[in-house]
Amino acid sequence: MNARVNDFVVKIANVNGTGSASANGLLMKAIFRMGIPVVGKNFFPSNIQGLPTWYEIRVSRDGYLARSGEVDLLVAMNAQTYARDLAEVRSGGYFLYDSTWPREAEFARKDVTLLGVPLAKLVNEAFTSPRARILMKNICYVGALAALLALEPGVLETVLTEIYADKPKLIADNLRAIELGYQYATRQFRCPLPIRLERMDATADCILADGNTLAALGCVYAGATIGAWYPITPSTSLMDAFKDFCEHYRKDPVSGERRYCIIQAEDELAAIGMVLGAGWNGARAFTPTSGPGLSLMNEFLGFGYYAEIPAVIFDVQRAGPSTGMPTRTQQADLLLAAYASHGDTRHVLLFPANPAECFSMAVTAFDLAERLQTPVMVLSDLDIGMNDWMVPKLSWEDHRVPDRGKVYTLDELRDRPLFHRYADRDGDGIAPRTLPGVHPAGAYFTRGSGHSARGTYTEDEAEYQEVLDRLRRKHDHAKTLVPAPVVRRREGLTMGVISVGSCDAAVLEALDRLAREGCELNYLRVRGFPFGSEVEEFLEQHTRIFVVEQNRDAQLKSLLLLETGADRDRLTSILHYGGMPIDSRSIVSGIRASLEAGKAA
Amino acid sequence: MSFLQKPKVSHSGLPRNELGLSIRDYEGSMSTLCAGCGHDSVTAALIQAIWELNLPPHTIVKMSGIGCSSKTPAYFVEAAHGINAVHGRMPSIATGANAANRNLHYIGISGDGDSLSIGLGQFAHVLRRNVRMLYLIENNGVYGLTKGQFSASADLGSKAKKGEVNRQPPIDPVTLALELGGSFIARGFSGDKDQLVPLIKAGLMHDGFALLDVLSPCVTFNDHEGSTKSYAHTRHFDHPAAQADFVPRKIPIQAVYAGGEAIPVALHDGSTVILKKVAKDYNPVNREEAYQYIQEHRARGQIVTGLLYINEDQAEFHTLNGTASGALRDLPYADLCPGAAVLEEIQQRYR
Repeated sequence: MNARVNDFVVKIANVNGTGSASANGLLMKAIFRMGIPVVGKNFFPSNIQGLPTWYEIRVSRDGYLARSGEVDLLVAMNAQTYARDLAEVRSGGYFLYDSTWPREAEFARKDVTLLGVPLAKLVNEAFTSPRARILMKNICYVGALAALLALEPGVLETVLTEIYADKPKLIADNLRAIELGYQYATRQFRCPLPIRLERMDATADCILADGNTLAALGCVYAGATIGAWYPITPSTSLMDAFKDFCEHYRKDPVSGERRYCIIQAEDELAAIGMVLGAGWNGARAFTPTSGPGLSLMNEFLGFGYYAEIPAVIFDVQRAGPSTGMPTRTQQADLLLAAYASHGDTRHVLLFPANPAECFSMAVTAFDLAERLQTPVMVLSDLDIGMNDWMVPKLSWEDHRVPDRGKVYTLDELRDRPLFHRYADRDGDGIAPRTLPGVHPAGAYFTRGSGHSARGTYTEDEAEYQEVLDRLRRKHDHAKTLVPAPVVRRREGLTMGVISVGSCDAAVLEALDRLAREGCELNYLRVRGFPFGSEVEEFLEQHTRIFVVEQNRDAQLKSLLLLETGADRDRLTSILHYGGMPIDSRSIVSGIRASLEAGKAA
Repeated sequence: MSFLQKPKVSHSGLPRNELGLSIRDYEGSMSTLCAGCGHDSVTAALIQAIWELNLPPHTIVKMSGIGCSSKTPAYFVEAAHGINAVHGRMPSIATGANAANRNLHYIGISGDGDSLSIGLGQFAHVLRRNVRMLYLIENNGVYGLTKGQFSASADLGSKAKKGEVNRQPPIDPVTLALELGGSFIARGFSGDKDQLVPLIKAGLMHDGFALLDVLSPCVTFNDHEGSTKSYAHTRHFDHPAAQADFVPRKIPIQAVYAGGEAIPVALHDGSTVILKKVAKDYNPVNREEAYQYIQEHRARGQIVTGLLYINEDQAEFHTLNGTASGALRDLPYADLCPGAAVLEEIQQRYR
């Protein structure tokens, strides 16, 4: 078979709780350091120890970051899942397993090459402690893969030394385990395999990071001081990261006092309440959560909308409904988030497509929340939040000034004997606010009950409606403030794709593949809600539009139909909702099938 | 909650506090509660206490949930910001607001429905966090706005207006707070302003979460014979155990009180609470004894009132967190954003 350099997928099947994450991280990082684009997806159970877990590493010289939908080499470390793992390997692919206990008779696929490495035996001979034997078995397959895939041993050693800089004893053990696997594979197999690595220079300006970490970093850079949360998968690591960053960068250098306050709430109802209390009192505050948490927050989100209080919510979406699959990804909170809470409510949403956008949109979210005086939700998902993506390095302008919105200062209040909280001073739907404790002239009573433009309680039809209408104008005004969609288009094309969030990587690859087959489509990725004029124009200018999203009910399509003048007959859904991140292959086949069906009809 | 502007009536003869403000300057809009409602007496006691404490009106933050009690923040200190949150969730708003600016005076007004039913969880946790605020429950054992259902504080055997008898055991915020580790726990009666005003002052100056449960009868739905939350019943069974005298920091303690059965407790702003034992066998600085005393008297039908427990040494929310002494909301952006060079350095981890 012809060599496939820097273009293949290695999938590792393991048991959770065995330390395989370190081995897989090591492998990823070493490939990345060889300058080769790489992305890793972790498929893990909602469990602490003993259940199957998979890690998929895609090496892509073209820089495609989504799943390809194929597996070239499977490292089978979990006998429970041998059968299904073997079935997943593409024809002509490889199946590496622990041959300490030979099982070749079971592996009934002639089109797959078996690579038996006696990992347990090698490791048990070299290590004595039971824990080391479990952990080093994983490191040992990294060694075998290094030989099979032509991973530069020097790079592996450098990365290892960096990871365990604080624990030198571990470095020696790890290197030994790597060597065992490497030597065995070199002796037994023709190394390297046709799927192999070759140094490139395509990652120098990139980082390998997950979205929750970079969202947390965005919160630090935005100047958020208060984080309130209730632990929930897959959003927990966002607050963990925020805490870590704050420990380093948010302590008074002299007194050690904290310039932040993290509150682990009793539930999500309290978490959002704390965020609103802090936002009302002038601090930048946020809460990370996931679907079930967002459901609980509904009442308070309506309060935040109506009483006009800034808040930032990160919804790291997971598969619903109900508890659903906490460790699987989906984009199924779009409708819930857009109209969260009873009554006429509508919210401002941001849709990051990768970890780098988690950073930039976190910063944007705080500016928008204070500018618009309303809760702003950043809809990430498990795939973006918890997987390591290769993204361009983040940058920062030191002269950047945050937009704190319209807030009357002490001086302005001194000269303003009469302040009306909900008066539309500037005609943009945004009424200037005041903060508690600044000046008596700024005092008003914030309420979720009916209120007039003066901020007083009302049950009067006209007074009530005046405020409600202004809120609508304010939300419409947000169309011009949310991040503009990313559009990739060529004049003259009549077909297009609209997508959102983490579908982006798979869509981009799918569009390239379709174009190579002679089927060219334009592309628009929405990045904010409410939708702006670019979305309207794209919808008007294309007669056939595929809406790609990761949920069953075509929620993005529904939002487009509800909020724009989109023609229902022009929109076709491509849906993916099994909980695994969408792959480029299913988009290509979905679009192709739909076009063929159209021809046949 | 309707909004009626109260005419500003002020005459030169009114006494002024240290800020030159009369008690009128601490009033709010007109109450729309029923005539004779206990809550209006609580509002009056609050106004009195805040005026006497010489607090600048705009340094006060008023917060509430939903219900009759939760309307009352509109009726005092008009020159202070107020926030009327959703039902049972004022504690989380209070926690967040306090996190943003630790240097204001926070007053939360709640009711027995708001704190002991829908909001029991948040009540318990704001207390555990020891967030510095006065948390006042206007407790009447009944849902007023929805016309007379029992609340979770209704006593066993208490009779509703239409004759129904309550068969579920009550939740007592005072004993609950003792159990949960509250640092300031008091009970008053809306009909006893002399007892109530010093309790409010002490609660406002307490360095932590001050719970003040005020029995505040509902004249419309729970003031009849057979109710254990009526004016008559409360007056009859009121058992004051520990009186609190509040002494501002400028007055030497000896001049006010000379010895006897009294315990002085220093508050964080330098003022002092003198705890006088009304009941000889009561000990307001011992959690276990206080708990036992209250339970024993309850078994006899008596309602123990006064400053029932205080511990000024329990670390409050920000002390526990190690928060900067200034308000977090006022920190300059330069102190919060690590900047481009640090971002570059951080990203080395992701290479």
